[in-house]
Amino acid sequence: MSNKFYDNPVIKWVEYRLPIFSFIDESVGSGYPTPKNLNYWWNFGSLAGIVLAIMVATGIVLAMNYTPHVDYAFESVERIMRDVNYGWLIRYIHMNGGSMFFILVFIHMFRGLYYGSFKEPRELLWIIGVMIFLAMMATAFMGYVLPWGQMSFWGATVITNLFSAIPIIGDYIVTWLWGGFSVDNPTLNRFFSLHYLFPFVIFGLVFVHLWALHVHKSNNPAGVEIKSSEDTIPFHPYYTMKDLFGLGVFMIFFMFFVFFAPNFFGEPDNYIKADALVTPAHIVPEWYFLPFYAILRAVPDIWFISAKLGGVIAMFGATLVLMLLPWLDRSKVRSARFRPIYRQLFWVFFVDCLILGWVGANSPDAVFHGIPFLWIGQAGTVYYFAHILIIIPLVSILEKPIMPPASISAAVTADGAATKPAE
Amino acid sequence: MIKTLKASLAVLALAGLVTLNAAPAKAAASKEPLPARNWSFDGMFGTFDRGSVQRGLQVYLEVCASCHSLKLVAYRNLSGIGLKEDQIKTIAAEFEVTDGPNAEGEMFERPAKPSDRFVSPFPNDNAARASNNGALPPDLSLMVKARKGGADYLHALLTGYKEEPPAGVKLGEGMLYNVHFPGNQIAMSPPLSDDAVEYADGTKASVEQLATDISTFLAWTAEPELEERKSLGIKVLLFLIVLTGMLYALKRQVWADQH
Repeated sequence: MSNKFYDNPVIKWVEYRLPIFSFIDESVGSGYPTPKNLNYWWNFGSLAGIVLAIMVATGIVLAMNYTPHVDYAFESVERIMRDVNYGWLIRYIHMNGGSMFFILVFIHMFRGLYYGSFKEPRELLWIIGVMIFLAMMATAFMGYVLPWGQMSFWGATVITNLFSAIPIIGDYIVTWLWGGFSVDNPTLNRFFSLHYLFPFVIFGLVFVHLWALHVHKSNNPAGVEIKSSEDTIPFHPYYTMKDLFGLGVFMIFFMFFVFFAPNFFGEPDNYIKADALVTPAHIVPEWYFLPFYAILRAVPDIWFISAKLGGVIAMFGATLVLMLLPWLDRSKVRSARFRPIYRQLFWVFFVDCLILGWVGANSPDAVFHGIPFLWIGQAGTVYYFAHILIIIPLVSILEKPIMPPASISAAVTADGAATKPAE
Repeated sequence: MIKTLKASLAVLALAGLVTLNAAPAKAAASKEPLPARNWSFDGMFGTFDRGSVQRGLQVYLEVCASCHSLKLVAYRNLSGIGLKEDQIKTIAAEFEVTDGPNAEGEMFERPAKPSDRFVSPFPNDNAARASNNGALPPDLSLMVKARKGGADYLHALLTGYKEEPPAGVKLGEGMLYNVHFPGNQIAMSPPLSDDAVEYADGTKASVEQLATDISTFLAWTAEPELEERKSLGIKVLLFLIVLTGMLYALKRQVWADQH
């Protein structure tokens, strides 16, 4: 409360009754101490939050002009593109914003993996993050159905059909999800309703995510805890400024796609109106689902489990298993900087995820230099789970890490001496 | 690109996709690479060549419109490619639309107005199929956005007919061989021929020219916002680059005591 700002009588009056100014200050202001050594990989969390806000803002405007009915949905989107003032801009921001959101969150998650941000005492922070990711995937999937193009319809048909793999009650669940006996108007209506609801669920989860974050503060590239005030700098102005610069760079990237390649991430088939009697030659999901799509298709019949059920379990398991990471990785050293073997395997895992994405974009019976994509997908899937369930626990026990620095301030000075406290 | 199947077959194909036994419909016949062409609307500063896009409108009206609808475009939109109000009114007035009911409760015919959408050649899909040997001529409004390769594909398709299919390829009843159509069998007969239209501006109407012009016109119907989008985009990017440069300088200043 040493801030001069609080001398203002109006601020004082409000603050006495509702301490909102100190709350803001202690959350994202000068009263929130942050590790002084965060690198640019720590920009992506706040960027994802900003994109969430952009998605909600553009989405609300789109909803004012969109008609969730199978006879009008496609045309109403085209009306937005052609007749609504700057409708094309709002829709292209929303459409590409979905892809941007996933790019940012993927980087955010890989950063957490690399620097061990999921480890004690940040297990819940990580788990809530995985829940946000699941909610994002559900939201994105339902949003993609709304324009009612061919990929909307057939994507919805394929994904909802997956639930029929559940033994005994599967078919009933699918009928219940559809609200009928195929993807049709009731399905579109409820997807619209839920697509509007879920972002607010994500907001709630983000709030809890930040709450947990602010208890133990950000992890940092050195992976050592904050030990004294010498290790920290106030969030404002240092990180507000750094985040703003990062936002500028990101917006250049984002707006390039919006204005000059707005359909880069999309499928041409989605500009054909949904037709239940015409199946597209290749049903492919949006790019951010491709690694999961590859895992889904990689699983063969195993004993009494059908390939379909096995694939569904593997696909959902691929995300859910991430929640176990804090207990699978037993290394006390967080940052991969000080874990030479884990660091190399991290990049193997990263490449494996890219390969799975590439396999997901190709038909499983296609062939790459004599190797069927199915095999590549199966190898990639085996490595994905082996990396998390076997390699990470083993490496964390067997690896001899390099001694991390004694403190954050020791990490940022070349000679290992403590730095002078910030002015 | 699209393979028509019965609904039941579609569901089977889906189940197949999941159980890995599927052989998704692939173009069994030859697949030629699309020649990449230079379009006036390519690139960050691209705009629709006014002459070409207006000639393309003429090609649509005189050739394509006998089978293909353009339901998402209104006559008033033609101001976007440089047509004057009276020109638009003249074009619209050539078509009849059903309006009503009037005060007596009767539907009536009237000439189309600029506010009307392009009048479709057939009253409904069944009528379109009945007149076209069972094949449905697709709506062209979004064609360029709805095909991989966009305008390149369209141009290649329109100039990709072969009079005789290669040896060993048997065509279906009433089908024609096209190098670039997926599966190579297309129901549409070659729509363009030299001098199929007489251009008002005197340009020689070769098949090549006709294909270029109609592709340009349909690129516009698919993305009528393209010119506005790109010119606004340049301003937005320039603004963001300057802003980000300033933010970087400010960041350096704020962090100066930390380095």
